[in-house]
Amino acid sequence: MKQADFVSLVMPFKDKVFRLAKRLLVSREEAEDATQEILLKLWRNKEKIGEYKNVEAFSMTMTKNFCLDRLKSKQAQNLKIVHSNYTDSNSSLQKQVEAKDSIDWVSKIMEELPEQQKIIVQLRDIEQYDFAEISKMLDMNETAIRVALSRARKTIREKLTNTHSYGIK
Amino acid sequence: MVLNNIDKLIEKYNNAETSLKEEAQLRAYFKSDNVAPHLEHYKPLFQYFSMAQEEQYTKDVPLKPKNRTVFYQWISVAAVAILMLGIFIPNWFGGPKTLADYSQEEQEMYLEAKEALAMLSNNFNQGTTSINTLNLASENFNVGLEKANHITEFSETTNKLLKN
Repeated sequence: MKQADFVSLVMPFKDKVFRLAKRLLVSREEAEDATQEILLKLWRNKEKIGEYKNVEAFSMTMTKNFCLDRLKSKQAQNLKIVHSNYTDSNSSLQKQVEAKDSIDWVSKIMEELPEQQKIIVQLRDIEQYDFAEISKMLDMNETAIRVALSRARKTIREKLTNTHSYGIK
Repeated sequence: MVLNNIDKLIEKYNNAETSLKEEAQLRAYFKSDNVAPHLEHYKPLFQYFSMAQEEQYTKDVPLKPKNRTVFYQWISVAAVAILMLGIFIPNWFGGPKTLADYSQEEQEMYLEAKEALAMLSNNFNQGTTSINTLNLASENFNVGLEKANHITEFSETTNKLLKN
C-alpha cells in the first residue's frame, strides 16, 4: 500500500478519530497526539489493513481503547482542560457571546458524563453512526447502547433545562 | 402541527428511539430561528452537535517510514562484517596441510594421480633417449660429411693436376 492510498483511505475518518479523542481527552493537544498515534499504528500495520472488514469502525474502536488507556495511565493525571474557540456565524455580539456561553455549557455538561455515555453520544449525535455500527465499534449490543444513549440524553436535557430556567451559568 | 411533530420527535429522541433521519430533522429544526419557547433550551445542544461535527484534525502526520535510514545504517555494519570475514576466514582454514589431513579416499586418489603422472614422465624420458640416438646418428653423419670434404679436396687437386 502506497502512502497516497493510505491517505485516501484514512482521510474520511481521521477527523472523527480526532473528535472522539478530544471528547474523551478534552485537551486538544492530547487529542492530536492520540490521533497521530492511531494513524501511525494504522500505517505501521498497513499490510494487514486489507484484512479488516471495516477500517473506519476498527479505527474508532482503537481510538476508544487508546483514549481510555490514556485516561487510566498516570500520564493523563495532569490533563489540561482546553476549550477550542467555537466560531459562530452572523449574529450580534451579545447573542454571539450568549450562544457561545450556552454552547460551551453543553460541552461542559458532556464532560461530566461517564466515559461510555460520552463515547456513545459522540458517535451517535455528532458523528451520526447508526446503532449497528456503534455496536460493532464498542462491542456492545444495540439495546445496551440505546439505554445508555437515552440516559445520557436525559441527563443533558435535565442539566440544560436547569441552566435555562435558573440561569446558572 | 410541525411543533407537535417536533415534540414527539424530542420525546423519541430522549428515549434514544429516533432514526438518523429524524435526528437530522431535529437538527434542522433547531438550526432555524423560530424555535418554540418551551424547546428553547434544546437549541444549544443541537447547535453544539452541528458545530462539533465540523472540528477538524489539522496536524500533519509524519508518515514517511524511518526504515530507509535504518537500512542505510545497517549497510555499514554489514560491510564491516564482510570485511572482517574476508580477513579472518583464510587464516582459520588456510593453514598449510599435509597428506595426513586428507581423508583416506583423497589420499588414494592423490597417489593414483601421482603414479599416472610418473608413468607419463617415464614415457617422455624414453622418447628423449630415442631422440638422443638420433643425435648420435647426426654426429656420425657430420663425421661422414667431413670425410666427404676430404674427398672433394682430393678431387680439386686432381682437377688442378689434370689442367697442368
